[in-house]
Amino acid sequence: MSIPIAYNFRNLAVRKATTIMTALGISLTVAVLLAVLALLHGLETSLKSTGDPLHVLVLRKGANSELVSNFTRTGFQVLKTKAGIARDEAGNPLVSLEMVTVINLVSVDAPDGINVTVRGLEPVGIKMRKNLKLVAGRWFTPGRREVVVGQALVKRFPDVKMGKQLHFGTGDWDIVGVMASGQSAINSEIWADLNQLSSDQHRTEVLSSALVQATDAVAAQALVNRISQDQQLNMDAELETAYYEAQQSSGALIKGLGWFVAIVMAVGSCFAAMNTMYAAVARRSKEIGTLRVLGFSRLSILASFFTESVLLALLGGLIGCLLVLPLHGMTTGVGNFRTFSETDFNLTLTPRILMGGMVFAIIMGALGGLFPAWNAARKEILVALREG
Amino acid sequence: MSETVIETRRLSKEYIRDEFHITALQDVDLEVKRGEFVALMGPSGSGKSTLLHLIAAMDVPTSGEIKVLGQDLRKLSDRAIARWRNENVGFVFQSFNLIPVLTALENVELPLKLTPLKKQERIDHAVTALKLVGLGDRLGHYPRQLSGGQEQRVAIARAIVTDPALILADEPTGNLDAASAEDILHLLARLNQEFGKTVVMVTHDPHAARFASVVHHLEKGRLLPMNGNP
Ligand SMILES: Nc1ncnc2c1ncn2[C@@H]1O[C@H](COP(=O)(O)OP(=O)(O)OP(=O)(O)O)[C@@H](O)[C@H]1O
Ligand SMILES: [Mg+2]
Repeated sequence: MSIPIAYNFRNLAVRKATTIMTALGISLTVAVLLAVLALLHGLETSLKSTGDPLHVLVLRKGANSELVSNFTRTGFQVLKTKAGIARDEAGNPLVSLEMVTVINLVSVDAPDGINVTVRGLEPVGIKMRKNLKLVAGRWFTPGRREVVVGQALVKRFPDVKMGKQLHFGTGDWDIVGVMASGQSAINSEIWADLNQLSSDQHRTEVLSSALVQATDAVAAQALVNRISQDQQLNMDAELETAYYEAQQSSGALIKGLGWFVAIVMAVGSCFAAMNTMYAAVARRSKEIGTLRVLGFSRLSILASFFTESVLLALLGGLIGCLLVLPLHGMTTGVGNFRTFSETDFNLTLTPRILMGGMVFAIIMGALGGLFPAWNAARKEILVALREG
Repeated sequence: MSETVIETRRLSKEYIRDEFHITALQDVDLEVKRGEFVALMGPSGSGKSTLLHLIAAMDVPTSGEIKVLGQDLRKLSDRAIARWRNENVGFVFQSFNLIPVLTALENVELPLKLTPLKKQERIDHAVTALKLVGLGDRLGHYPRQLSGGQEQRVAIARAIVTDPALILADEPTGNLDAASAEDILHLLARLNQEFGKTVVMVTHDPHAARFASVVHHLEKGRLLPMNGNP
């Protein structure tokens, strides 16, 4: 019932150079957007899978991150007695006192060094992280200057590997194991024995945080309220999942910036598509007149040129997807304003993200094609025939 | 059978641009009967194309009445006119106006896209039309692979593929060599005689006009009185 789509495909093929240039412009725009979305998706997955819904993270009141939280051992003893805390087989409460600090690691790609989180904890803290696995070596021995490093660090820093040493605090630390935990931020941390680390950092009494495991999800929320409202304790509690989700605020900046760049580029691509389509309408004026004489309505002329613009954009979108495909699975790090350390994560291109890129391309094609198509449809038959 | 196919009364067309006032057609009373082959002759600028465009409803008259195939064209909407033209009028241009990116077969099939015919039926119809104009062996050729005469024959196939009652041709041989022009004129005459199509053809060429059964002359926008045609 309408002008065949083959007509559009062949016209795109006939003006190869213009088609490719316009499609490339669109593809770059789509590629930028997809890269940003893949980055954010990877970051989100990483931060989400770090939290356990049964875990409650306790900090000193007013502290918004483990790094700036001063947490005393006396407070910890009181915290342990709260109701709703899960216990292990031996009847000990699943509560982990932890200390967090940041060290600077130099790597080939970052000569100025990158901040990495060092966490001191006791065996119970390891036990509480259910997804955590040792992928090489063994856990650190309490009382020794030994560390276990996250898998992502091994990939990124040539000097961080089994058998080597790290230098921070008052001396050297042996790397005795490598750990991994799904997509979690733990993959970018260095773990050591709590007492060893705290004495090394001269902070034996003042630590950072406590991780508490609740008996169930309802108890977890109740624990959060009970701890936060206890005036004596002077502590803030938060579900661990919520804590890591809040860290995505650095993601928001990337997101905002990414969209901003993508939209600025999209405006450019839109005009490029518009320009291409205006030229096509002008060049095919006589054909438009002829089609009208054959009985095609103004609406089918509009639809045809509009379709052609969208097809052009789809081609661009497709190229854009191909351009970013090699980024899939690539590991990168992102600074985090809350923990002042870097979290490594994988860029993830999901079908949904790719679809989003295609939709974005279609919108560009549609906006760019609308006016030229309207212009084509508006022409009077005789004017169109004469212009050819 | 002397059914009237085209009937105009005091048909006028003026072009007003700034202070210029051009009368392209003035008070034209034309009557064309079913089965006639009409040649429209006259000097350049006499309004021949203008009249043809009004008959095809490609343009609207400034004043006067026009009825084509019993239809008062001024009463139809834009969409209805498009539909009407698709069903009832085949138009042949001087410069062929084939779609360059479509093959001969696809060009001829194009008007059938607006009919309820199925794909296979459309192809059958288009092949039949192309065979009729002697191009059954050029179905897959693109316009650039055809000679001018062949292009015009494809254009004629396209004009007749919807089986319209009326064929309008504006100097169909104007861009062709003598031999090709002769072919085209024979073809139009055959469509008129064998298939009973009413043909209105604009031409400068007295030889071409000899193929017609009726010759009308236009001068300065006026239709001259007939002077003893067969
Ligand atoms: N769009 C227009 N604007 C202004 N004047 C026009 C327009 N179209 C046609 N005219 C004028 O109307 C008159 C008739 O034009 P028309 O094209 O019908 O002549 P014609 O007989 O077909 O001439 P030719 O043999 O050269 O094709 C001419 O004077 C022409 O300049
Ligand atoms: Mg003319």
